Amino acid sequence: MSRHTLSVLVENKPGVLARVAALFSRRGFNIDSLAVGPTEHADISRMTIVVNVEDLPLEQVTKQLNKLINVLKIVELDPAQSVLRELMLIKVRADAETRSNVLELVNLFRARCVDVASDAVTIEVTGTPDKLEAFVKLLEPFGIKELVQSGMVAIGRGARSITDRSLRALDRTA
Amino acid sequence: MTEQMTGAQALVRALEQVGVDTVFGIPGGAILPAYDPLYDSVKVRHVLVRHEQGAGHAAQGYAQATGKVGVCMATSGPGATNLVTPIADAYMDSVPMVAITGQVASGAIGTDAFQEADISGITMPITKHNFLITNADDIARTIAEAFHIASTGRPGPVLVDISKDALQATTTFPSWPPAMQLPGYRPVTRPHSKQIREAAKLIAEAKRPVLYVGGGVHKARASAELREFAELTGIPVVTTLMARGVFPDSHPQHMGMPGMHGSVSAVGALQKSDLIVGLGVRFDDRVTGELSSFAPFAKVVHADIDPAEISKNRHADVPIVGDCKEVITELIAAVRAEDRKGDYAEWWTLLNGYKATYPLGYDEFEDGSLAPQHVMERLGAIVGPDALYTAGVGQHQMWAAQFIGYENPGTFINSGGAGTMGFAVPAAMGAKMGRPDAVVWAIDGDGCFQMTNQELATCALEGVPIKVAVINNGNLGMVRQWQTLFYNERYSNTDLQTVRRIPDFVKLAEAYGCVGLRCERPEDVDATIKKAMEINDVPVVIDFVVHQDAMVWPMVAAGTSNDDIKFARDMAPVWDSEE
Repeated sequence: MSRHTLSVLVENKPGVLARVAALFSRRGFNIDSLAVGPTEHADISRMTIVVNVEDLPLEQVTKQLNKLINVLKIVELDPAQSVLRELMLIKVRADAETRSNVLELVNLFRARCVDVASDAVTIEVTGTPDKLEAFVKLLEPFGIKELVQSGMVAIGRGARSITDRSLRALDRTA
Repeated sequence: MTEQMTGAQALVRALEQVGVDTVFGIPGGAILPAYDPLYDSVKVRHVLVRHEQGAGHAAQGYAQATGKVGVCMATSGPGATNLVTPIADAYMDSVPMVAITGQVASGAIGTDAFQEADISGITMPITKHNFLITNADDIARTIAEAFHIASTGRPGPVLVDISKDALQATTTFPSWPPAMQLPGYRPVTRPHSKQIREAAKLIAEAKRPVLYVGGGVHKARASAELREFAELTGIPVVTTLMARGVFPDSHPQHMGMPGMHGSVSAVGALQKSDLIVGLGVRFDDRVTGELSSFAPFAKVVHADIDPAEISKNRHADVPIVGDCKEVITELIAAVRAEDRKGDYAEWWTLLNGYKATYPLGYDEFEDGSLAPQHVMERLGAIVGPDALYTAGVGQHQMWAAQFIGYENPGTFINSGGAGTMGFAVPAAMGAKMGRPDAVVWAIDGDGCFQMTNQELATCALEGVPIKVAVINNGNLGMVRQWQTLFYNERYSNTDLQTVRRIPDFVKLAEAYGCVGLRCERPEDVDATIKKAMEINDVPVVIDFVVHQDAMVWPMVAAGTSNDDIKFARDMAPVWDSEE
């Protein structure tokens, strides 16, 4: 099994997320992470889906996704040629004694402290899954009270855009 | 030119514009606004069925008999959920169908209102696409989109769910055709020329090729091209359950139907082949048997309009995405361009040996009771290949596939992928309405018949004189066959006791305003069929009371290898006697 990152451009219509999620569930594919949000074009949303499958099932995932009428385009992003980011918010135990140690880690990981209470701090951190994992590991001894994390979002490096051609298709039908 | 009207009027106008002439359905609260303008339409005939499942299967039968999109209509909640089975059936067999359902008013959606069901959510995995409309302005355009999606690419069912307030609101009917908003829908029909050349090369090099032909060839209306291609190359042909008649049964190159109940020659042709050219097929488990031992020596050329089917079950050495008509036309040209021609003489010796040694057959019963296969043979002989035949699901379906000779494409209409019992009668009704000049026979089992025979009332009242052959063995026959073979003859809940005349199918037919006939002995079969053929003003039902121990052979037991096919109980063919 290996992890693959798919960028899926979809029409910004109600029910599209349900269609994609239902497809994965019905065909027995596992989603590691899914993030969805708007793009530079109001009519297009973009999903970043991380799947953990063999190459052959991946081909089926892609083909089945392509059959969904609301799916405009699917691109598999090569991790070496892409920027991959997750966002995490972590509430860590930190009193007067330990707070400076925690903040030191925050600085080292280029994270941000977004809320401070007398016995805890809340930290915002973005990065690759590896970086976040390392950060969490270092914070664990202090006592993690709560943790929430986004799905991964990803974009290819360089000047090329994957949305250009889909935009033209959309303009033609408008 | 634009015109003010209600959403319901726009719906009916749009149906007229896309060329709908027949709608099967039942009204109810949420869809009621649509039925009012439908009452006025002179172009659209609405057929009031007795159960929504009947509406759906009738739409399927209509679609398969005509090649047009079949249309069914139901109200919200239970009306819509009763369409779920035919929608799933149409999805599995790629039947172009549009289902229109009423939905509760948009303000009530999500409140568990009376007769509310999330039918677009329910049908998401069994439709090619579906729509929920809550704005009257979207109705006309969406109908155009739904028919476009249902009928192009790989055909399939599309559901359009319309809220009651959208049907009641005022809108402007757009100029026709409206601009469709389907930027993500671009079916590929034209095959890649490099793959076509590659396929032609493999065909020339092969020693044991076979054309594995499926329903996609009929949907592409490519049987003439197929015949030309087969005769040009001299390659043997097998036709799947969904492709019976696409290549004439009487043609010397026809090896029969492959699969779980396929002929030894067809199954053998696939297993022993060194090249399978799959055309409009999906390597279904009922054809391949145990996948790992399916056609172990074969390279695969796989042409289908749906890219997701290619290499889904069996790896394709040469994948071809395209409409089968275009694919076969280009294959013909490419094979002509190859200066080599394949030599299949040895292959034909082997296959003709299979055909001669293991023809389809059956045993008569010594007690003088009726063998169901005999009924099929006589039906095929007397009714002939120009009629349309529909079937339910089970033993009678397989016998109908095996023992009626099909010479014309689309003449055998049945539920293949989904295996929906009760398909035959409503599908025959839809087929007959689509092709009123054709003789239409529903071949049904006594189990299937009791699921949907209420549509005989529709047939009798609407003047749809279908003919129904109930193959009555008093049992859920196919399940009983498995109990005989795999469950030590423990017949758990398969005895329907219909041979005790509960119900009496002759009286039942008469109660529905049809003619009821009964046949219990082999010597009466011909006369009974001929009598039914003479009645053309009302539907006819024949209760063929047959022996309960007749079984469907050949058989590849579920999950086993095609190599282990039995042509009768414990009788395996000798594959290499001719070598």
